[in-house]
Amino acid sequence: MAVTGAVLVLFLIAHMLGNLKIFLGADSFNHYAEWLRTVGSPALPNRTVLTITEIVLVVCVVLHMWAAVSLARRAAKARPVKYAAKRKSQANGYATHTMRYGGVIIVLFVIWHLLDMTFGTVNPEGGDATPYARMIAGFQPDRWWVALFYLVAMVMVGFHLRHGLWSAFQTLGLTRRPRVRSTLQTTAVAVSAVLVIGFVSAPVCILIGVVK
Amino acid sequence: MNLTLKIWRQNGSSDKGRMVTYRVDDVSPDMSFLEMLDVLNERLILEGDDPVAFDHDCREGICGMCGMVINGVAHGEQKLTTTCQLHMRHFKDGDTITIEPWRAAAFPVVKDLVVDRSAFDRIIQAGGFVSVPTGSAPEAHSVPVPKADADAAFDAATCIGCGACVAACPNGSASLFTAAKITHLSLLPQGQPERESRARAMVEQMDAEGFGGCTNTGECTAVCPKGIPFDTIARMNADYLKAASK
Repeated sequence: MAVTGAVLVLFLIAHMLGNLKIFLGADSFNHYAEWLRTVGSPALPNRTVLTITEIVLVVCVVLHMWAAVSLARRAAKARPVKYAAKRKSQANGYATHTMRYGGVIIVLFVIWHLLDMTFGTVNPEGGDATPYARMIAGFQPDRWWVALFYLVAMVMVGFHLRHGLWSAFQTLGLTRRPRVRSTLQTTAVAVSAVLVIGFVSAPVCILIGVVK
Repeated sequence: MNLTLKIWRQNGSSDKGRMVTYRVDDVSPDMSFLEMLDVLNERLILEGDDPVAFDHDCREGICGMCGMVINGVAHGEQKLTTTCQLHMRHFKDGDTITIEPWRAAAFPVVKDLVVDRSAFDRIIQAGGFVSVPTGSAPEAHSVPVPKADADAAFDAATCIGCGACVAACPNGSASLFTAAKITHLSLLPQGQPERESRARAMVEQMDAEGFGGCTNTGECTAVCPKGIPFDTIARMNADYLKAASK
């Protein structure tokens, strides 16, 4: 859970920074997308780095989900008789209790997102358009529900990271001092907030017409 | 105060069990929660009914015998308090209180609110000790212990093994208990020789008992009557990872 999650967080940071290129204009954004495919060339064939990244990400997502499912199954087996009284969280950890259903929402989002932006199947411009055109077309006001879905999914990602980021350090045994843990928890909130704002900024700016 | 109690009644491990509603009148706010149950039980005995079975011993919050889930919270909502030290002044006249046993596959119900916590004993047996030759006590100053380590070890050692951590954990994990027992030995010089084998044996026993896995929700430490720190789980994980990587 911790190791695969860490890889996925690194990817999210890179992805968020890449997305921000939309604010530098169509050329910059399309050129960046092109660069992702040709990085390392001519020493490496095109798409080498991209393909390796894709494989690592798929492996991480599968292992992350496998770990989550086995933990959930162990939890169900460990408490066969449920409590009659509704249990109130005593740890004030709202984000912590969104991890399982939030993860499912994120997976559904990733599937839609790939069909929308990578393959162009559900994108109005289709898969042959430039990445910039696909992005702009994807978040037009008449498709406001797409932007809304992105927004909800990104908030879920934020909650997921708010718990997941510091939790990974705890799982790996790196939070043995209370001060380290509280610093990490604060950092987790900050990093999650920056990522959510970074990811949400592009769809929102396109939706309200700031980026055309 | 007049209260309505909804109590889990289960006549032995093979019984299915059910919630039964009782009324208890004239409860003094100065009573402890267990004294309030004593009042109910005295009445049940006089009426020829079966009294509600619950575990208790010292009634001063240090033995770890008592424990029940009160309105969905292990030991009730009062922080850092065992059920026996919870007083009725924290409730209001006319309240309805739901009382259930710890719910965990590894803690089978013996009767009503009494659960069998032998699983904890077996975790201790797996490695929660220091193998030292017996004999007269050594000179205390011969092995210096840094103050910070001594304090942290003592904090962990205050665990009374009541099982509230398991009851509160959404995953039914016994990580806080096991981590407390591992930590109070692993921070002291006497615990070093067996540090890694201890962590490994105790974690494996914990898993074998059918407890769930830890997802760092923090519910355990929030209900712990002794306030066992969350960091102990990180220490357990660190010792276990070190042992497992060899």
